[in-house]
Amino acid sequence: MANEELEPIIIAFCCNWCSYAGADLAGVSRVQYPTNLRIIRVMCSGMVHPNLVIDALTKGADGVLILGCHPGDCHYLEGNLRAEGRKEAIELMLEDFGVEPERFRLEWVSASEGPRFAEVVREMTETVRELGPSPYKA
Amino acid sequence: MVRLTINGIEVEVEKGSTVIEAAEKLGIKIPTLCHHKSLEPYGACRVCLVELETPRGSKIEASCVYPAQEGLVVKTDTERVLKTRRMMVELLLARCPDAVALKQLASSLGLEDTRFPKKNEDCILCGLCARVCQERMGVGAVTFLNRGADRKISTPYDKHSPICMACGACQVVCPVDVVDLSKVTLREPRPILADYDAGLAPRSSIYVPFPQAIPKVATIDPHTCMHLLNDVCRSCENFCDAGAIDFDQEDQTEEIDVGAVILAPGFEQFNPELKKEFGYGRYPNVISSLQFERILSASGPYVGKVLRPSDLKHPNRIAWIQCVGSREVDRNYCSSVCCMYATKEAVIAKEHEPDLECTIFYIDMRAYGKGFDAYYNRAKELGVRYVRCSPSSIKEVAENNNLKITYQGEDGERVTEEFDMVVLSTGLGPPQDAHDLVRMYGIDLNQHGFAATQGLAPVETSRPGVYVCGPFAGPKDIPETVMEASASASKAMALLAEARGSLIRGKEYPPEKDVTGQEPRIGVFVCHCGKNIGGVADVPSVVEYARTLPDVVYAEDNLYTCSTDTQEGIKQMIAEHDLNRVVVASCSPRTHEPLFRNTCREAGLNEYLFEMANIRDQCTWVHMREPEKATQKSKDLLRMAVAKARTLEPLHKSSLKVNNAALVIGGGMAGMTAALNLADQGFQVHLVEKEEELGGNFRHIHSLLNGGNPQQTLTQTIERIEFHPRITVYVGSTLSEVEGSVGNFTSTISRNGTQKRVGHGVAIVATGATEYEPTEYLYGEHPRVLTQVTLEEWISSNRVELQELKSVVMIQCVGSRDEERPYCSRVCCSQAVKNALALKKLRPDMAVTVLYRDIRTYGLYEQYYREARERGVRFIRYEEDRKPRVSSSDGGLRVSTLDPVLNATVHIDCDMVVLAAAIVPRGDTEEVSKLFKVALNQDRYFLEAHMKLRPVDFATDGVFMCGLAHCPKSVEESIAQADAAAARAATLLSKDEIALEATISEVVDENCDGCAYCIDPCPYNALSLIEYMYEGSIKKGIERDAALCKGCGVCQATCPKKGIYIRSFRLEQLSAMVDAALEVA
Repeated sequence: MANEELEPIIIAFCCNWCSYAGADLAGVSRVQYPTNLRIIRVMCSGMVHPNLVIDALTKGADGVLILGCHPGDCHYLEGNLRAEGRKEAIELMLEDFGVEPERFRLEWVSASEGPRFAEVVREMTETVRELGPSPYKA
Repeated sequence: MVRLTINGIEVEVEKGSTVIEAAEKLGIKIPTLCHHKSLEPYGACRVCLVELETPRGSKIEASCVYPAQEGLVVKTDTERVLKTRRMMVELLLARCPDAVALKQLASSLGLEDTRFPKKNEDCILCGLCARVCQERMGVGAVTFLNRGADRKISTPYDKHSPICMACGACQVVCPVDVVDLSKVTLREPRPILADYDAGLAPRSSIYVPFPQAIPKVATIDPHTCMHLLNDVCRSCENFCDAGAIDFDQEDQTEEIDVGAVILAPGFEQFNPELKKEFGYGRYPNVISSLQFERILSASGPYVGKVLRPSDLKHPNRIAWIQCVGSREVDRNYCSSVCCMYATKEAVIAKEHEPDLECTIFYIDMRAYGKGFDAYYNRAKELGVRYVRCSPSSIKEVAENNNLKITYQGEDGERVTEEFDMVVLSTGLGPPQDAHDLVRMYGIDLNQHGFAATQGLAPVETSRPGVYVCGPFAGPKDIPETVMEASASASKAMALLAEARGSLIRGKEYPPEKDVTGQEPRIGVFVCHCGKNIGGVADVPSVVEYARTLPDVVYAEDNLYTCSTDTQEGIKQMIAEHDLNRVVVASCSPRTHEPLFRNTCREAGLNEYLFEMANIRDQCTWVHMREPEKATQKSKDLLRMAVAKARTLEPLHKSSLKVNNAALVIGGGMAGMTAALNLADQGFQVHLVEKEEELGGNFRHIHSLLNGGNPQQTLTQTIERIEFHPRITVYVGSTLSEVEGSVGNFTSTISRNGTQKRVGHGVAIVATGATEYEPTEYLYGEHPRVLTQVTLEEWISSNRVELQELKSVVMIQCVGSRDEERPYCSRVCCSQAVKNALALKKLRPDMAVTVLYRDIRTYGLYEQYYREARERGVRFIRYEEDRKPRVSSSDGGLRVSTLDPVLNATVHIDCDMVVLAAAIVPRGDTEEVSKLFKVALNQDRYFLEAHMKLRPVDFATDGVFMCGLAHCPKSVEESIAQADAAAARAATLLSKDEIALEATISEVVDENCDGCAYCIDPCPYNALSLIEYMYEGSIKKGIERDAALCKGCGVCQATCPKKGIYIRSFRLEQLSAMVDAALEVA
């Protein structure tokens, strides 16, 4: 059941070269999206250690996003594909920790996709609201 | 100055200010309908009421007219104020019950309706329209009429005003949106159309030209600014918080002494209004390709929605008409880019609206560039329809503004189809000011009005020292433009080699403070960004909050943290409070981090002790209607930034000495050109050629369409190479080993078993390509089936066989554009035209037939295609799945092909068949790719770092490419690309040392156990496994090459033991931000 009252905290690891710029573009274009997102800038989606995702979700984050460049567009050749390669491992670990797999999402958002960035954030906020607060929330 | 107190907060304002202005200074919002910053106080609506405390008790006054006085005590939100305000709004609502702004105001005050009888007027009599017209525009076209209950706003005698300028200021200021300009004047208001939006959207007189403008500052259009034209208005001054409006600025003329000039004025889009038959300018839904480009853009007039101008509805069917203003008698050239941009526009439009039907009407599909044919094929798969026909006119359907196009269908019958919108693929013409440039620089233009260049000197104008690049020298796409830009730069650099660096002044910084062992002392600077942040979030409360965060010893807010005076302020605060970390909460680090880092550095602080919180682009701009949440989020983002700042460490960019020599692999025209250019610039060059002589494919080129003598140029070039003191040539040699990285390579050159090692800072790959050896069309079986290259040799050596020829058939796309090689070889169409013209010259009665799929004589080659047709060369198209057949009997040859226009098979008996054999990568391409660890594309050509913007760079630093190794291209284009590669190489070679990025990986020897998980994932091969002695035993570990590491951090995320990290993005640092995000403020 959707929880309209819940103000979840969603952490997004955004690649400096694509989704972080896409988030800036959403701003420049004044595309409005929910206020629940907290962006952490990284140089590449391939830099995000699986432990960071697990830690965030087991410390009370309601959702975690990793937003990287579309395949073929990685500033560092193939960091985004490495991030994708780790996705399954992250999902397996989340299962062990009893965290719903929907709380973690890996998406590709380019620097020119401001509206798409906002869309991804909206969807994730919606998903997390439906799930309710994180089981680890104090 | 006077001091007063509003809601308990003291504020100081200039004498003569009003109470509402004082409140605004404090960020206290008082609702009002009639107050306007640029107009005199008026006090009409009485909504802005406030309570004033006086010795004789309190009183209610309109804050917009009440002067701010010393000691005045004001309250804006008492129960008495709210009650009175509600009453005022109720009265207004009774007058205008349907005014949207009024209803919103009422509901914000908790009012649902008015208790007074409703009058159903539309105007609230705020007087803004009349006041702006009189006070600011100096016109007074509308004014208050009548008295008491009959009072209204109108023109004198309610007649159309003869003095109204239809400027629309009244409409802009009206809070209830009821000004009907057509009642005021008979003049048609003319919006100022934005150039950037190709005339699809209006702009104001003062404007930022486009979102990415550099510098991104507003400019005043002197042709429309009411102040500059009529000495009135000046409204913008009242709104610019920074006080940056300066009406007195004038153009300044500066004189600069230069040794070379590069002309890059671009092109002028063909004006489609000249093509009356297409109705552009008359039919609203006929637009130019540039306009459609804007429609597709998220920052465009329809915010990225595919809409048509007449009714702003989604079109279902869009047609593109190609070659509008190209390939005509008057404009006898091809605009080179329209086929691909139309294809791109259709594909993107379909991405926006999958059900959209896109039809492209074309003559020849000129997808000749690298990867273009693959893109074209993908467009067809996506459902973009291509109709090979050039419609002669467009008719509008009056009732729905749809457009009818009549064309010849595939079976030859006439078809009329209706479309919702038509895009004209308008061509590229010479820039409007071309003739001024001619006069100023004394250069020649060609017959089309483009800058005249010589085929083998593509960026040189007729005047030495004046170079040209981009479409000013003829229509071309972005990669060729970028290549020519670098090429012209390298030509200028070679010319001015002696003066290189002589005008550069280095910047002096104070010595860096040592912060080791110090507890963090963080200074926080929160930006209002005018209203961009401060208008949404409560900035003062964010600053208050900052002061409560750990290790924050100082916090302040700034109107603009990026302004020059704030930089001085930051430096002062760093000194005053002994700050050793700085956090700025403002916009994006992508745009402003370099500025603030520089400020830190100027204050003696290491530039990496700086962190930003993006509270504008990623907060107030995207949460404009949720001020409270935006304030909370700003605090959260700031807390995260402070958490990271506490963990920051000073970093230093290491530097690497550069070996100033270059290695060029390949001694064809591209390699030789690059080598000569670099040598002329003063660098040592090692030129390696695997054959015993220099020249490569260029040895087989004997004539050029645009004149010039290739073989003479070849001889001269080889001579210059051989006698150049800075070039060492290694013929009959190959590269067997390459070590090192940018700045310091060591390569092994092998010749007949002997080896030589040379050091170099950069490498240029110019290994070329070769001709495909056909297996089809009796090639190799019949002596009169040759390739175009052989025919060119025959023509140049005047072979006797040519004298007897009566009929020649040329077949295009032999080995190109098929399943095995899905790319176009780009040069064969012009080569066929060139050879056909040569044959016709030899014997005008010779029958020459060219069998083609699309004639791709792009750019200025088009005129020769026309000439060939005029001289009687026959062009017959064939389809990919119905290729021509060549048979031989009694020594003669017969070519049979299905002519799709006649829809019948044509048999041509001929004495010679000439095949346009494909250009294919060389066999040793993979070896070179492995030696330098650089990538190839699917067609086995070298892969550039970016298709459009970095067309000669590899993703690997210090390695560049040019010529056919990159993709098929003409010799002129190879030469331009070679000069471009030399320019890019020189950016490194001209330095004594290069600074390496500081935020790269760092191995933690204590944690690393040498498991080597990180080595394979590293995309730059920057990590290697080492063994070393540690406490008497052998320990395994990882060594990182600082010159190769780019700091992507794949290693950090792969390591299971925290044995390697990225500086400034350590796991602990990212974790600190996560923890801070989860703390609730």
